[in-house]
Amino acid sequence: MALPSYTETRYRIWHYFYIAICTFVFFFLIAPLFVIFPLSFNAEEFLVFSEGMKNLDPDAFSLRWYKDMIYGTKNPWGLAAKNSFIIAIFATIGSIILGTLAALGLSSRHMPYKGLIMAALISPMIVPLIISGVAIFFFMAKVGLAATHTGIVLAHIILGTPFVVITVTATLSGFDHSVTRAAASLGSNPFNTFMKVTLPLILPGVISGGLFAFVTSFDEVVVVLFLAGLDNTTIPVQMWTGLREQLSPTILAVATCLILLSTIILVTAELLRRRSERLRGINR
Amino acid sequence: MSSETKQILTTDGIPLEVSLKKAERKNKIKAFLLVAPLLLFLIITYVFPIGEMFTRSVDDKMITNMLPKTFKEMETWDGKELPSEEVFAAFYKDFKVLVEKQEQGKLGQRLNKEKNGFNSITKKLLRQIKRNKIDENQSIKEQIMKIHKRWRNVEYWQAIKRTAPPYTIAKYLKGMDMYIDADGGITQVDEDRRIHRILWLRTLEIALLVTIFCFLMGYPIAHLLATLPMKYSNLLMICVLLPFWTSLLVRTASWMILLQQQGLVNDFFVLIGLVADNNRPEMMYNKVGTYVAMTQILLPFMVLPLYSVMKTISPSLMRAGKSLGGTPFVAFWKVYFPLTIPGIGAGCLLVFILAIGYYITPALVGGASGTLISNQIAYHMKTTLDWSFASAMGLMLLSGVLVIYWIYNKLVGVDNIKLG
Repeated sequence: MALPSYTETRYRIWHYFYIAICTFVFFFLIAPLFVIFPLSFNAEEFLVFSEGMKNLDPDAFSLRWYKDMIYGTKNPWGLAAKNSFIIAIFATIGSIILGTLAALGLSSRHMPYKGLIMAALISPMIVPLIISGVAIFFFMAKVGLAATHTGIVLAHIILGTPFVVITVTATLSGFDHSVTRAAASLGSNPFNTFMKVTLPLILPGVISGGLFAFVTSFDEVVVVLFLAGLDNTTIPVQMWTGLREQLSPTILAVATCLILLSTIILVTAELLRRRSERLRGINR
Repeated sequence: MSSETKQILTTDGIPLEVSLKKAERKNKIKAFLLVAPLLLFLIITYVFPIGEMFTRSVDDKMITNMLPKTFKEMETWDGKELPSEEVFAAFYKDFKVLVEKQEQGKLGQRLNKEKNGFNSITKKLLRQIKRNKIDENQSIKEQIMKIHKRWRNVEYWQAIKRTAPPYTIAKYLKGMDMYIDADGGITQVDEDRRIHRILWLRTLEIALLVTIFCFLMGYPIAHLLATLPMKYSNLLMICVLLPFWTSLLVRTASWMILLQQQGLVNDFFVLIGLVADNNRPEMMYNKVGTYVAMTQILLPFMVLPLYSVMKTISPSLMRAGKSLGGTPFVAFWKVYFPLTIPGIGAGCLLVFILAIGYYITPALVGGASGTLISNQIAYHMKTTLDWSFASAMGLMLLSGVLVIYWIYNKLVGVDNIKLG
């Protein structure tokens, strides 16, 4: 962003002002995440930087909150983590299957009422979560699935499929349909064509949609708050309870783990996106 | 020659047009069958339950089912003077059935909501019945009227009549701080009790301001990301994407740490001498906290659509604008800015839709003055258990969101939503 030498002073000033604003905004976006790290290693119980921490005294840091997270008495995190992973994995599988099928149908040029159906399928992403929560709660209570893992998985499939539909339709928009016709003309049945030709090509879109679905489920708290009983508590629900009652450093230890997890997911998603763009021949 | 003789036939002898249509239909059905499982799943588990919220919100069958005989007799009552002996007798019969089922308490409570004072007079009536004080061979009207002076007051009978229809819009009116008065007209509640209207306005205000903040902060960085060379912009993009992928609760927690009275933001203000150490401002549990946290959390949803639009704008357009004599500002305003309007529309609508239904963050950092309509819905679902009122408020919010969604669909098209 070097300025040409003939730039007038006022534009020069404006340019530096603009850079300053951008720096501030990037700082505003990313800095809050980094407050969590050091405080989760705090040796004390308070959520402020102690004098020792400011002077980088090694005694002021400890792993006690991580120990508490894993071994602590009557700690809910083990059960919550297990539930969260089980629910998120099943919800992701469900979302991928339903969402990919629907995206295949929606991408067909023969699909009637495409816009309307697409809008309907995406709606769970747009409707405020609290309303989805109330509606899904009424349904699950009626069919007797409230406070069960199945109920929460179904609810998360509802919330997760829109992401799969969006990413897979986006991948399919650059899809060359003559390859499936070629497969068919060579004698392959539709199922084989899908597994051997279509799926490998749209796989990056499917996986990144699946990642979205996974994160949606793993991070979802509003609907779970309505549906969950004591046995179905998840990490977000525990964090919600903890944050409402008292901010404890253990929560920060959990939060640090979650940030690490999201970093891994982000890197995977980015790599997939680039691969998908390369495969579709989009050069940017 | 007619056109029929010219028709092209397939090898099977079927007209090509017919054969083609058949194939098209087959393809249509095939495409639809692929969508069908998800569509069906959503209709059963999602669309119908939202419909059920509607029936719940207008449902008022409870009293209708409790006092069937009374309402039948009341059909001929003009509602101006005290009802006839038959109405009193029918009410007495209905009430006795309720006493046997021990449901008279529910009736009293529900009628009390319609008009204050019902609870105590139904209890008085119950006591008389329990002591067998009421002689069914004499005028029931006289005996009931003797129990309490309110039974002689026509307003109470009018209140009963108002509860007759099985459906009511009362919950929706309550959501707008209105109610149906004794004459059946719609009245506003007293000024100091209009809590819901304040909440609606505050929700709108917060959603609008958060959208504006997101736009003001998102536009410059989206521009920077779109104009920087790839290797720098990819790195900076992480600053946008990492918060986007991080748990909402984690981000809210970090704001709770930063904004607390002994937190880093206040430390910084003290350090630069903006505030005194012993007079640190409260930045959490009020609107300030909600604004700051929601802006940071929703900012990626503004940056990503803006970025994807700006990426497609050729830099030579700005150069052309400048070479034709425009100053950089003019070139920006007349050339660049209009081209980004689709991105602005998409980003602003998305952020607004998400902000208007926000629940978690306001509940944690908002305190009493920073909570939104969603928090009120959750409160009625979980604490007061007035599910029909929660449903009514939810549907009012939903109708607003759907209008914006419709506009969004017209302007941007849902198939153009970009993720990551």
